[in-house]
Amino acid sequence: MWITAVALEFVAFLLGGINFITTAMNSRAPGMKMWDIPMVVWMIVIASILFMLSVGPLLAGGIMMLFDQNLGTAFFDPDRGGDPILWQHLFWFFGHPEVYVVLLPAVGIVAEIITVFARKKLFGYKTVLYTAIGTGVLSFTVWAHHQFIAGIDPRMANVFTVTTLLISVPIAEMMFVYIATLYGGSITLTTPMLWALSFIFEFLIGGITGIFLGASGNDIYMHDTYFVLAHFHYTFYPIAIIGTYAGFTYWFPKMFGRMMNDKLGKLHFWLTIIPFNTIFLPLFVLGAAGHHRRIFDYRNFPELSYPWMWDLQALATYSLIVMLLAQVIFFYNVITSWMSGPVAPKNPWNANTLEWTATSPPPHGNWPEGLPTVYRGPYEYSHPDRKSSDYWPQNEPA
Amino acid sequence: MSRPIATTRSAAGMPTPRLAVWWLIASEIVIFGGVLGSYIMHRLAHGIWADYAANTNPWIGAFNTFVLLTSSLSAVLAHQAAERGDGKRAANLLYLTTLGGAVFLCVKAYEWTTEISHGMTITANTFWSFYYTAAGIHAAHVIAGMIIMVIVAQTAKKNLELHRVEIIGIYWHFVDLVWIFLFPLLYIAK
Repeated sequence: MWITAVALEFVAFLLGGINFITTAMNSRAPGMKMWDIPMVVWMIVIASILFMLSVGPLLAGGIMMLFDQNLGTAFFDPDRGGDPILWQHLFWFFGHPEVYVVLLPAVGIVAEIITVFARKKLFGYKTVLYTAIGTGVLSFTVWAHHQFIAGIDPRMANVFTVTTLLISVPIAEMMFVYIATLYGGSITLTTPMLWALSFIFEFLIGGITGIFLGASGNDIYMHDTYFVLAHFHYTFYPIAIIGTYAGFTYWFPKMFGRMMNDKLGKLHFWLTIIPFNTIFLPLFVLGAAGHHRRIFDYRNFPELSYPWMWDLQALATYSLIVMLLAQVIFFYNVITSWMSGPVAPKNPWNANTLEWTATSPPPHGNWPEGLPTVYRGPYEYSHPDRKSSDYWPQNEPA
Repeated sequence: MSRPIATTRSAAGMPTPRLAVWWLIASEIVIFGGVLGSYIMHRLAHGIWADYAANTNPWIGAFNTFVLLTSSLSAVLAHQAAERGDGKRAANLLYLTTLGGAVFLCVKAYEWTTEISHGMTITANTFWSFYYTAAGIHAAHVIAGMIIMVIVAQTAKKNLELHRVEIIGIYWHFVDLVWIFLFPLLYIAK
């Protein structure tokens, strides 16, 4: 049953991805050239392509699993000629590109936000784009780094170690571009900007600890410890949670026509980001010291650990409670701002991209009077030729 | 009837439905790639599968290949008729294509019944598991294609939405092409 549900969900994702890709290819506003497309749109397109090219084997594997469980076939049963490692391959061939499917849109959201709130052009538009494509291509060659202790040939493990370490190069390049974009900008620390900056900071930690785990020799020791758990959360927390909060707070005025409360937003930010770090930083230490991630209470195994390690686990648990409670602030802020926040103007952040030329919230079809025409790229902030203001909307003639 | 902008603008110079169906096919290729890739890896590792494969009937497979290829021809003719604006003829040719799909499925049903009654069931061994799974996923695509084709033909008959005839044709050719891969892998390679 769950396999059918997962399979149907993936089919839905596939069709949604096709919708994104064809919309970006075919329904662009007049004058919107390839290099004028906002980065977040590019990232969604690349993520959709990655998804549709990686999910097929998992769908196939899902059908095989369904038959194994309900019809009595033996695709993954070694007793009757099947191979359980095959399931791992089919799963991770999807599972690793999927990481980048989730990552890239968040990277795109951050690109939109840091340019607006640093009032600077994105340092390397094409660099980010090409590195995203490079990441996508490489992401199909790294999957077996999840299987280093599954009985994989060590020579093969070496190959996957190399590809895994290689993929950190384009990602690092993106991070450098973002830091260079921030350098010398006039930064306003609004709530979305805080989220975007924390994304860069936290994802950097996640990426760097990935290099530890990607090396097969080291992974044999680290495998299934809290270190893996902490690494996972330092990648997926920035991607899924921080990226979502950044995008949500940035586009909230556009979506609901109201401004969010910035003070509450910042309170929520700090009460989320500090506990997040005090949950997962200790887990790196615990994992390196040998705590296994399937054992949550080592008091039953005192010979395998030390009391100071239990204290770190307690710290992580208390931090988690604080972080969960802090989310109440966010929901309170969303509901009160939605009901009675100050009415949002069309373009509250003085941003360049087209969505800010529609009314907040946009009507059906976004621009009932016809599509705007695009004259320039999305990141022309503080342009020297533009004397009247520090931004230059994409749809404004020169 | 006013249409949403996404279906009318064509910045890439290709109609959106055609673009979308090509992307759909790209995603289908990896689904079948996953099954066939797994099958080929297993097959290479188990020489004995050649003995199991000897029990398949290549003549029935060849006949089905012929039926599917012929049905693709009528799909092309339907597209040609739709280009000329002859919706009635296009619809009839689509019905003919659907008939080809139905013949394919009937032959398949006969073939599978014979095999199953001789003990070659999906659980007999991993070769037969792959045989039924791969061909079964393909058959599901044939059925889906036939259903869509009937819907397309219903509107094409009234000279409406003629561009759809081409779209379903592209999909049908793809389903056909998958069979071209399945036939040698499951029937001919002994």
